[in-house]
Amino acid sequence: MRDRSFAPSRILIYLIVSLIAAAWLAPLVVVVLNSLRSNEEIAQASMIGWPQQWAWNNYAVAWSGFCVAETCAGIRPYMLNSALVTIPATIFSTLLGAIAGYAVSLWRFRGDNWIYGIVTLGLFLPQQMRLLPWTIVLRDVGLINTLTGLVLIHTIQGLSFTTLFCRNYYVAIPHELIRAARIDGAGFFRIFWRIILPLSGPILIVTVIWQFTHIWNEFLYGVTFTTGQQQPVTAALIALSAAVADIPQHGVQSAAVIIAALPTLLIYLLGGKYFVRGLTAGAVK
Amino acid sequence: MIWVPLLLSAAHLISFSLWTIWISFTPSTLIPVSGWVGLRNYSAVLASRNWQIAFDNLLLFGGAFVVLSAATGLILAILLDQRIRGENVLRSIFLYPLAVSFVVTGTVWSWLLNPGLGIQKLVHDLGWTSFRFDWLIDRDMAIWTIVIAAIWQSSGFAMALFLAGLRSVDADIIKAAQIDGAGPVRIYRRIILPSLWPITITVAVIQLQFAISTFDLVRALTNGGPGIATQLPALVVYDLMFQRSLLGRGAAAAVLMLLILLAVLLPYAAWRYIQRRRAAHA
Repeated sequence: MRDRSFAPSRILIYLIVSLIAAAWLAPLVVVVLNSLRSNEEIAQASMIGWPQQWAWNNYAVAWSGFCVAETCAGIRPYMLNSALVTIPATIFSTLLGAIAGYAVSLWRFRGDNWIYGIVTLGLFLPQQMRLLPWTIVLRDVGLINTLTGLVLIHTIQGLSFTTLFCRNYYVAIPHELIRAARIDGAGFFRIFWRIILPLSGPILIVTVIWQFTHIWNEFLYGVTFTTGQQQPVTAALIALSAAVADIPQHGVQSAAVIIAALPTLLIYLLGGKYFVRGLTAGAVK
Repeated sequence: MIWVPLLLSAAHLISFSLWTIWISFTPSTLIPVSGWVGLRNYSAVLASRNWQIAFDNLLLFGGAFVVLSAATGLILAILLDQRIRGENVLRSIFLYPLAVSFVVTGTVWSWLLNPGLGIQKLVHDLGWTSFRFDWLIDRDMAIWTIVIAAIWQSSGFAMALFLAGLRSVDADIIKAAQIDGAGPVRIYRRIILPSLWPITITVAVIQLQFAISTFDLVRALTNGGPGIATQLPALVVYDLMFQRSLLGRGAAAAVLMLLILLAVLLPYAAWRYIQRRRAAHA
């Protein structure tokens, strides 16, 4: 099986793998090509085809021209919303997760295992169990339909993941290091900033990539807690497909889909290795 | 100060879950109200056609998706494990759908599977006019379009886990089997695949957990249609809570989702516990 000499079977393997890879890439290729075809061309032919005329204009319209509901500002404001939610929520949840992970792994306290167990429960509990309480809480504190509200939710919810990632990484740090620093009189945060954080590079990259992808792609909270101009880009994409159901604009929609997927695709291309590590770290709990 | 993030996270998980459970026993409709209606919300949800279809769909979708995505992932992993050139590029290709949101995935697949726009139209235009691939608008088959899109999106994840498992099989045992004259098929069947059982179970549980909470993918691909043919529990919860303003029933449906999830997770937790005990004694 791990034999390079038997040629025909290896050719077969390459053939099968290339076919599957082509099938896996096909949806992306189709959308990219469609983003460069005019709406009329797609309506006349099909979604699958080579552009007759390159309609670069689709991107301009998708970015700042088409109308969702009554506003015709394209996808730009929703991309901005997503960025304004995703960036702070990623930073906050990662930083708090690092502190929490450090607390449960190296700065033990009574009942820490219990609290850590409950926090990781958040990985399993369906989001639907928390929708109503979040609605009520956000309304009571006046954050319903605000980006700040979404940042708050993603920060707190994200702690389940970030704490787990960081804790699993920090348990490998020798306790003696912490003990020595404590004897020297260093406190919790001093040790965190001076010792723990400088050691945390690899796990922080994993956590940031994971959280960014997760929060950017999130839809349920966005559509539940925000409306209209406050929605993140995932919710806007759904609103867009509903809005253009009568007069199909698949060229422009394809461009919008590409733009919306670009941030996480770029992150994946740049940090694929860490993305996979985060994935498997979340899996092999 | 130090424990604030931890306590915040733990406290909200516990209190919010209890809160939803409590609401599920109240007569709440538009706003949460106190009161006690026993299991009335639950019986109303369980008796509704929406939920029955959603539950049947979940069994079909969950079962088909878990088996097929694990199988696809395993095949991909075995192929990539043959020391082929360009493994890194191929692995990236199989994994990239995971980085994309379900909203995007669902939208794109709704175009590809749309008989008037996608694959069926293409084949018709090529001259094979009797070709039919209209599952998206077929009541009985529409649920399979969700299976297809979900497999495309998630089997890379199964592949990554299986590949890690394949790479950790003891090379000496394989070499010994080769010396004994065992062929590749036999080595896979007798040595390598049996060692992947723990990973297979982990993959299945995680994918099932994903299937139970599937929402965005269906919302973007079929929006539960045609009619309510691709309804899933997560959509029923959303519909009851935010479109029909039946908070008590929505909460009951959410609790039912949790119970379905526990039916999967509790046996898994027990299995993990036994495995660990056994490992500790060995």
